[in-house]
Order: sequence, then structure tokens, then C-alpha cells
Amino acid sequence: MIANGEISFFRSLAIQGRVLHALLLRELITRFGRDNLGVLWLVGEPMLFTLGVTTLWSAAGLVHGGTGIPIVAFAVTGYSSILMWRNATTQCGAGIEQNKPLLFHRSVLVIDVFFTRIALEVIGATSSFITLSLFFIFLGWMPVPENLLMVVGGWFMLAWFGASLALLVGAGTAFSPLVHRLWHPIAYLLFPMSGAAFMVEWLPKRLQNLVLLLPMVHGVELLRHGYFGNVVRTHYDIGYMAECCLFLTLCGMFVVREASRRIEF
Amino acid sequence: MLSVEHISKVYETRRGPYKVLDDISFSLARGRNIGILGRNGAGKSTMIRLISGAESPTTGRIRRGMRVSWPLAFAGAFAGNLTGLDNLKFVCRVYGVPYKPLVPFIAEFTELGSFLREPVQHYSHGMMTRLAFALSMAIEFDCFLIDEAMIVGDARFHERCHYELFQKRKDRSFILVSHDPNTIRQYCENAVVLSEGRLFTFPSVDAAYAFYTETLERGPPIRAKEV
Repeated sequence: MIANGEISFFRSLAIQGRVLHALLLRELITRFGRDNLGVLWLVGEPMLFTLGVTTLWSAAGLVHGGTGIPIVAFAVTGYSSILMWRNATTQCGAGIEQNKPLLFHRSVLVIDVFFTRIALEVIGATSSFITLSLFFIFLGWMPVPENLLMVVGGWFMLAWFGASLALLVGAGTAFSPLVHRLWHPIAYLLFPMSGAAFMVEWLPKRLQNLVLLLPMVHGVELLRHGYFGNVVRTHYDIGYMAECCLFLTLCGMFVVREASRRIEF
Repeated sequence: MLSVEHISKVYETRRGPYKVLDDISFSLARGRNIGILGRNGAGKSTMIRLISGAESPTTGRIRRGMRVSWPLAFAGAFAGNLTGLDNLKFVCRVYGVPYKPLVPFIAEFTELGSFLREPVQHYSHGMMTRLAFALSMAIEFDCFLIDEAMIVGDARFHERCHYELFQKRKDRSFILVSHDPNTIRQYCENAVVLSEGRLFTFPSVDAAYAFYTETLERGPPIRAKEV
């Protein structure tokens, strides 16, 4: 099996599974600790953010009457999609730095650190989205989604986009800490353009075309088309978004491989 | 069999690339051992990290035909808010070993008692080192990588480490880095010397020592080997 130092694909897969499991449990405790809510903060934190934003947007009357979109549902779908592409990337940006000592173990790889952090963020954001939606639907503040499959599709695309961006930015930090430093302002600037706080339909035509260059806008539009149905006109091209994600994923994978060669202690 | 084939390691420094190891080859058969001598900065620890797989060589390759440990007693992977037990669990999960049967050994060796369930950030340096060493002993390897400088403690701790390594596991391979002539003479079958990025082999430990002493006397500290 390890006769000349080579190991089989399936054995490698088993090792990676073990490592991911170990990292996942470790990350949960190092991040959230055992005090008070502990691991539940994985869901609690994004929920608090979404609730806060929902309150703010409702108070500010971000959605004018007549659009037919209930503000709570608009805010929950919007802010949850931000969480999907932003948080995994931010977490992976600090991933190598914070987990470097663990890479001392030969079987713990840079990509495992990223997979773990992406998985945690996706789980956290998804649970927060589901919990809040159910809660507000129960209160009658949010409608039931028109087409659940489309919502899931949009959600999946946003997760893919977030994951590929996270790989790229996370691995980029091995080349220059500048990558992580620049990510924060970029994420901040992308927020208002990401389609979370507006529907593409509300923008002038020229702006629409510009905004639709950003892949995540397509995901949010698909998600909202699924949620609100034909109440509002949506603009998205999932083929385009998939191409962008595929391109980012390939670049990410390549940079991750190069990054693991550059790890130094 | 562990074989190191033509490895070089270049680090980027502010003054440009710096070659720490230059075309190094050797192999170690299962059950055999070797000591590495070299003055400060000769690249001994770099070599240990490369062999463990923590870092990759710039060129060349390392074939590990046996299970090679991580650099022994490495404490850097401890997260402050994890307990000693959490750290044991993590290592066990990574290596696919059940942790429960190991708890008595860890508790006994580290002499931590109930502190094993306290966050590592409350540990003293000595407690940390004992835990790190005990974790390295918890997983069974065919070849141990030992950098003696990392195993700092009192005489009793040293004695216990030596017993665990060289008595209980004397059938295993190991690569030992040490400044102490007696340690290598006492435990190693043979020794090599790292000097100015190169590896020198000798027919006996004594011959290696003679050369090593000479490099020490030769004077000025290591020259920067710019590439």
C-alpha cells in the first residue's frame, strides 16, 4: 500500500475524510468555544446579522409599496445570499494563517482547511436562512416560496460561487498577505452591487447590464424568482454564472496547489 | 525504506532566494537510525520538516515507504482554547486511531491529571512540552523524527522521553538531530553532517564527529548561499 511511498486513490480519499472530520470538529470548538450557546453560534451569528439587517431595511422602507415584494422576505433572501458568498471567502482568507501549525501533520492539506471553512459557512448560512424563513412564514410576515426548486437552485449557485471565490482568495494569501487585506474593502464595495438590496428590474437599463456582469447577482435573482414567482420581473443567466464559477473554481484549485508548495514554518 | 532523493530547499528572503539545502540524498531502511549533526543554521530543522512532509522541497523528492512521524514534540498546533484532551482527539482523528484507550497513557506520561480537561492556554511551558511529546507517542510510527532542541525539560522528563523512544521503541527507525555529542553517540548507529547546505556521510559516528568539530572550528558562521 505504501510500498514505494505512493498510496491509492481510495486510501487518499479515506485519509482526507478523516482529516476533514477532525478539522470540522476542531474548528467548531476553536471558533465558538463551549461556553453559552457554543456551537449553536454557527447558526446564531448569521441569524443575528440577518435579523438586524431586516429590521434596518424595514425601518428604512427600502422596498416601496407597489412592487409587490414583502420587505421581510426581501431582506432575508438578500442578506442570506450575501452571507453565502462573503463569509466563506473571509474565513478562508484567514485560513492558512490561523491553521498553519496543523499543516505540520502531513495529511492535513491546505485544501482541507478551506473545505472545512467553506462547509461550516455554508451550513451556518443555510441553517440561518431556513430557520428565519420558517419563523417569519409562521408569523405570516413572509410568504411561502413559489417554487422551492428554484430557490434551492439559486442557493446552490451562490454556494458554488462563494466556495470558488473562497479557494481563490484563501490560497492567494499564501502568495501575498495583500490578498486578504484587499478582500475586505472589495467585499464591502461588492455588497451594494451584489443584488441583495435591489432587484435588477428596478435599475436603469445601462446599470442593469453592468450589474449583471457580477455572477452573484444572477444567483440572487434566480433565488428571488423562485421565492416570489412572477410578482417581479427577474434577470438572470445561470449559464453565465456557471461559467464564471467554473472558471473561478479551476483558478482556485490551481492556486491552492501552488499555495501548498509555498507553506513554510 | 525512507529515501530522500536529490532534494534542495530554497527560501525567499528579502535579499533574494537563499538555498538552505543543496542536492541532498540519503536513505534509511526500516529499523535503522541516523543522527544529523550540524551547527546552528545548517538546515537540520529544515531537513526534518521536509522529511516529515510539513514542507515541500523546492526540487527533488522524498519517498516514504514507512510511516514517518511529524517532528516530535511539536507544540505549535495547540489552540489555546482547546483542552489537552481536545488536542489528543484531533491528532487521533487525523491519524484514524481511537483516542479513548490512549487517555491513561497520556494522563500518566504528562502528569497533567485533571488539567488534561483544561484549556491549553492555562498550561505552563513544561506542561505543554510534556503534552506535545506524549501526543507524538500516542500514534505509532515506523520512523520518528526527533529534534532534541524541541524536547526541553528537566532531567526526569528527558529520562522518560529517552525511555519511551529508545527503549520501548528501539525496533523503530529514527532520525535524530542533536547538539549533544553524547546523545548521538549513545543512540545512533551512524551520523551525517550538514554543512553549508551539503550533506556529508561517514563510515562511523566518530568520523562524523571529527568532521563536525572541524567545521565548528573552521570559524566564521554560515555564509549566505545566495542562489
